[in-house]
Amino acid sequence: MSKDVSPYRPQPAEIEHEYRRADIDARAAKKAERQVALMFASSALFTVLFVVAFATIDATTVIGLPVFGDVYAFNVAIGVTMGLAIFFIGAGAIHWAKKLMPDVEVEEERHDFGSSAEEKAEIVETFKAGSADSGVMQRPLIRRTLLAALALFPVPLVVLLRDLGPGPGDERFRTMWSQGRRLLTDVSYQPIRPEDVPIGNLINAVPEGLHELEEEVKNLNERAKSVIIVVRIDPDEIVSQQGGTSEEPWDYNGILAYSKVCTHVGCPISLYEQRTHHLLCPCHQSTYDLADSGKVIFGPAARRMPQLGITIDQEGYLVARGDFAEPIGPSFWELS
Amino acid sequence: MSVKQSRKARALNWADDRFGGAGILRTAMNKVFPDHWSFMLGEIALYSFVILLISGTYLSFFFVPSMTEIVYNGSYVPLKGVKMTEAYASTLDISFDVRGGLLMRQIHHWAALFFLIAMTVHMLRIFFTGAFRRPREVNWVIGSLLLILGIVEGFAGYGLPDDLLSGTGLRITEGIMLAIPVVGSWVSSLVFGGEFPGTEFIPRLYIVHVLLIPGIMLALIAVHVLLVAFHKHTQFPGPGRTEKNVVGYPLMPVYMAKAGGFFFIVFGVTVFMAAIATINPVWMFGPYVPNAVGAGSQPDWYMGFLDGSTRIMPAIEFTLINYTLSLNLLIPTLVLPGIMFTLLIFYPWIEAWATGDKREHHLLDRPRNAPTRTALGVMALTFYGILWISGGNDIIAVAFGLSINAITWTLRFGLFILPAIAFVITKRICLALQRRDRDKLLHGRETGQILRLPHGEFIEIHAPISEKEKAKILSKVDIEPLALPPATDRDGVAVPQSFRKRLQAKVSHFYFGDNVPKPSAAEIEAAEHHLQEIAENVEAPSH
Repeated sequence: MSKDVSPYRPQPAEIEHEYRRADIDARAAKKAERQVALMFASSALFTVLFVVAFATIDATTVIGLPVFGDVYAFNVAIGVTMGLAIFFIGAGAIHWAKKLMPDVEVEEERHDFGSSAEEKAEIVETFKAGSADSGVMQRPLIRRTLLAALALFPVPLVVLLRDLGPGPGDERFRTMWSQGRRLLTDVSYQPIRPEDVPIGNLINAVPEGLHELEEEVKNLNERAKSVIIVVRIDPDEIVSQQGGTSEEPWDYNGILAYSKVCTHVGCPISLYEQRTHHLLCPCHQSTYDLADSGKVIFGPAARRMPQLGITIDQEGYLVARGDFAEPIGPSFWELS
Repeated sequence: MSVKQSRKARALNWADDRFGGAGILRTAMNKVFPDHWSFMLGEIALYSFVILLISGTYLSFFFVPSMTEIVYNGSYVPLKGVKMTEAYASTLDISFDVRGGLLMRQIHHWAALFFLIAMTVHMLRIFFTGAFRRPREVNWVIGSLLLILGIVEGFAGYGLPDDLLSGTGLRITEGIMLAIPVVGSWVSSLVFGGEFPGTEFIPRLYIVHVLLIPGIMLALIAVHVLLVAFHKHTQFPGPGRTEKNVVGYPLMPVYMAKAGGFFFIVFGVTVFMAAIATINPVWMFGPYVPNAVGAGSQPDWYMGFLDGSTRIMPAIEFTLINYTLSLNLLIPTLVLPGIMFTLLIFYPWIEAWATGDKREHHLLDRPRNAPTRTALGVMALTFYGILWISGGNDIIAVAFGLSINAITWTLRFGLFILPAIAFVITKRICLALQRRDRDKLLHGRETGQILRLPHGEFIEIHAPISEKEKAKILSKVDIEPLALPPATDRDGVAVPQSFRKRLQAKVSHFYFGDNVPKPSAAEIEAAEHHLQEIAENVEAPSH
């Protein structure tokens, strides 16, 4: 144990008590009393005003406040009145305590927390006697089986959680995309022609049939996986792609499709810089180079952005060549 | 009974005959609480929690925790006819079709922010004044657990409305779950009831948010406050304040009025903020769809450090035989906070072991008198601060027109360099303040009065410091670092296990080695004598 080498302890010093005005001046005390009462009365008044505001102000009127911008007049009125009504109760009470209640500090002794040695000994004795009476130490068979039972007893509680969900299947390895499935614009669900994709623009797209599927299953699971972005890059600037051959390229005349889901934690990516072909995730700034197989050039993402091979169908609309070749979205244990 | 009792007395007797407790009540009413502004921080946290319970109960009357899709037809025109979940629609209804609903939502959100700020600053106060030392270590642990639970609770609440921001937060949560080795996919599938987002998650999150976590927190808070009462409050050093007493105001009436009044102040300010300052305007973000995200979106402040650690983590991912280990997510979101909170929880024992100081402490340390602890605290704060700033690297990039890559790299290095610098600077400042305290005792305070002595020399007059200040400075406890244990015993045989002892001695030296000791009693007496002489000289300068 470290040694306390302080030569000195603070000695209780007599310090002259400073009297407040209200302690020595009856008029000051009266004034403080009136101030406290005024605060309590203000509180009551603001409560009444709150009820009035609630009953009379139109809830849809918007007003502009300096600093805070446009806010709802109703919200401001009921909030300010309610806030002040509450605040003045507190302000009054504290003012009362500070000005009028005794301000003489008092002293209280501290006591040891620990029990006395006798008490401790007695507890040990009682426990030992109880333990001897139960025979738990003399009967190891009972003791051990009991411990085993107690150790196992939480198991059902954990097992019972099994049906919270179906357990992982192959759903992380596949999406809705399949050979010949059209690319539809994200909002209006229209098929896309190559000439609809100008150089530099980024178009959000979903697979054909997604809308109908969502009407049926009433969830967004498929959308969370199958959303893609479509960009057109000058074919001379495309350094590499993730697949395709010269006969069956994955791009169509420089039009490339990539997953929109960041391979880091799965945020949908939205920021595209056309000059550099860089795609930036707004969540954690992972940056991908779409002209170079969607590889990661900056940020915490470790895996490249999966590319979707595309071509056109007989009617001239963009379609997928198949599903993604690798899982989209964040990595997981069973990935590779 | 022969003596006629007043109605009040009868009521009190009725209660006491059934529950007893007159003794406890008497003790409680006479309980003394020391007065200091920093002791209100914990109160703010407690009161914010009460406000959260009140406003949260109100919100639960209207909120529908369901992911069933409906078409919105409420009074917020821009979203009319839009498909959304019932959770989001009911949040819009609370904001636009329930009068006062918006106010309550904003009270709830502001109170949550205040709750976490108050808990954090309260914790810093406890840390820097050494209030976590024996006998209060367990209460420190409870407080740390409350902070962790508060963060989780806040994040859960933030995820419930199912707007675009909260949905993106849940998507990130799913990504983090997937990064857990071996069982990640299972965890995600079970929690979400299948694929993300599914239709199960919000109802489940709701019950966690309104029942499970608040229930645990309520129990912990009860124990936390009871332990404060049991241990009696710590106090700052001052005249008449010792390790054996507590000096302050009695619960009845002064503290009751002050603390009770303060609840209304906190509540009033929260309501006032909710009235004028819009927070989390979910109607502007739109419903959650997995293919949209807002640029520059920020989580609530208390999640910022985790967002930051995730942003500046380099892209490290391994393949082990056939399995993938995403360290780029695992380290910043699970391992790092795990280490941070473990160190936080166990700090009282770490320090007690390192310093060998296992005595009870009821007088608080002035931070300068524990320079190493203070420096460690500032170091940890700097580390946290860098992570927090990292969570806004995109905002900094835009605001100052800087490259996000350059900022991220700067922060990556800064995370390790700046805390070390902060440690050294803080420790130096603390030691300098110790020296200043010593000077004040020995040479008095500078008065600013210049005196010209008969032979032409100018001196500044120093005056003795007040009794109050003297008591404060003298409260310092000088601790001698543990001595290195002997490597061999009396017979010259090597002592086994001396490594641990040696390490402990080293750490103890690290903590106390450069302490600036208080002057001795003789020194102080001599100094006081000297100061008195000067004072006499000043009064009679003619001699």
